[in-house]
Amino acid sequence: MSTPSAAAIGPLVDDARVAARVAVEARQDAAFRVVLLAAAAFVLLVLGAAAASMLWGGRDAFATFGWKFLVSDQWDAVGHQFGAFVPIYGTLVSSAIAMVIAIPVSFGIALFLTEIAPTWMRGPVGAAIELLAGIPSIIYGMWGLFSFVPFMAEYVLPWVNRNIGQVPWIGPLFRGPPLGIGMLTAGIVLGIMVIPFISSVMRDVFRTVPVSLRESSYALGSTTWEVVWNVVLPYTRSAVVGGIFLGLGRALGETMAVTFVLGNAHQLSTSLLMPGNSIAATIANEFTEADSDIYLSSLIALGFLLFVVTFVVLAIARLMLHSLARKEGR
Amino acid sequence: MTLAARGPRYRRRRATDLIAKVLGVAATLFGLFFLAWILLVSLRNGVHALNLQTFLQATPSPGGQGGLANALFGSLVMSAIGVAIGAPLGVAAGTYLSEFAERQPALRETVRFVNDILLSAPSIVLGLFIYTLAVRTVGHFSGWAGGIALALIVLPVVVRTTDETLRLVPNVMREAALSLGIPRWKVTIQVLYRAAAPGILTGILLGLARISGETAPLLFTALNNQYWAENLNGPTASVPVVIFQFAMSPYDTWHDLAWAGAFIVTVFVLLLSVGTRAYLLRNRMDSAG
Repeated sequence: MSTPSAAAIGPLVDDARVAARVAVEARQDAAFRVVLLAAAAFVLLVLGAAAASMLWGGRDAFATFGWKFLVSDQWDAVGHQFGAFVPIYGTLVSSAIAMVIAIPVSFGIALFLTEIAPTWMRGPVGAAIELLAGIPSIIYGMWGLFSFVPFMAEYVLPWVNRNIGQVPWIGPLFRGPPLGIGMLTAGIVLGIMVIPFISSVMRDVFRTVPVSLRESSYALGSTTWEVVWNVVLPYTRSAVVGGIFLGLGRALGETMAVTFVLGNAHQLSTSLLMPGNSIAATIANEFTEADSDIYLSSLIALGFLLFVVTFVVLAIARLMLHSLARKEGR
Repeated sequence: MTLAARGPRYRRRRATDLIAKVLGVAATLFGLFFLAWILLVSLRNGVHALNLQTFLQATPSPGGQGGLANALFGSLVMSAIGVAIGAPLGVAAGTYLSEFAERQPALRETVRFVNDILLSAPSIVLGLFIYTLAVRTVGHFSGWAGGIALALIVLPVVVRTTDETLRLVPNVMREAALSLGIPRWKVTIQVLYRAAAPGILTGILLGLARISGETAPLLFTALNNQYWAENLNGPTASVPVVIFQFAMSPYDTWHDLAWAGAFIVTVFVLLLSVGTRAYLLRNRMDSAG
């Protein structure tokens, strides 16, 4: 009886050919891995290069104006004097108004979608609220300019003037001509735009609260509100703050809608009813009109400031959201 | 036991609960009210302004009659460039994060973190970046620069969805394929991508939905063009930028065209995002049995 030769069994035991094939496949695998790694590194590169290019583009403005760039309220294209205080103020104030509106409303929506609404209603209503996030910002801008601004000017602002405008301390904030365009309107539009982002984060994290915690609290006789306030909210606190910062990051960088309704006016005023400007709106409005190098450089420097601020806010948001995920062992 | 018999404390707790629930319903109605208002305004004005000319003629001179054909074409081409560049890069990076980064956890988490930031970063900042990269160096605005800026918006969306869908593919599949001696790149392309295809496709379509309404990154990359762009090396019109220019103008005919453009963009984006969600939901249900 003869044992079968290697050739008869075939290439399976042909050591040399197998080894060669394994080597080829190992090289292919290594090459594939390098390509994928390059793509992943590209993601890092984009963020780094974006920051570096704007710092480089804005170096003239930073070098010429120094720290005064941050605190000066001059924006003089003819005299080549640029200070970012008015747009920075506008960005911060309009975003603050947006958060004052969006945080409670988003919390209410999350409460509705997780505790109040009957189960069959949760899916469709949640999807409808998320549609608000899908509407492009330019559509918010057009609706804002042609529908919301006239509505504010005709119905809301005269009432605000008459009533809130007369309250001591906060009165001056709400007194002024009912133009419709201005900081308050921009803040409200921004608030509506970030509601879907904050409310969907809140809804998702409220759902992660273990049923045992929730049910235990109900078993002790808690009302729905007490369960949410004393159990759900403390359990999800960090992620809720993360969601709020996510919305804040959106509000700070939102461009087109604000450009439509803010009024593009480089002036500081106490009244929220007056037109103002924001960092993003200034860049969008004036970039193609910039007729001198220092003007262009100042606008790019504004972009760099916006980038740094949103980066910090979004980084905080991600860290806060991450801490709940870690608690769950994900 | 009646309400009164439980005492004032009980009644106060019930009242607080009721107020919270009423406010929760009110907040939801607030959100839905604005959704309805915005959709109604843009649909009604859009239907009124839309006609066949909108699709056939180029954008008019100030106050004149015309259409949006050149802007629609520009949007189409630049979105195609954006997806053509952003989607493959995003799929590759997402695959790395999910499949090939187990030995570099620090790098993996850094890329995920940075990608999440990129996902919510202001798009105008990306526009400025591409301006300094691809407009200033070349010396003129171009459709290519616009497409590249849009690619940077598609990229993080696709990275995220690819990463997440691949992680949902059961490990049994990887192990079964690898145990047959198939190299990893083949396992990835022929097994994992096939299993994750619906999710990855959804990511790409959501990326497309996001860029089709984007205005800010195009303002100073592609700029605008009243006429048909001869080629992508020059300024190129896009629907969102035309909407911006025409809506801010004092001319009624331009306002009508802006509404027509807003209608087209809204309907396209909503159909795309609702459609992909439905598609994904159906696929999840299919795979769940």
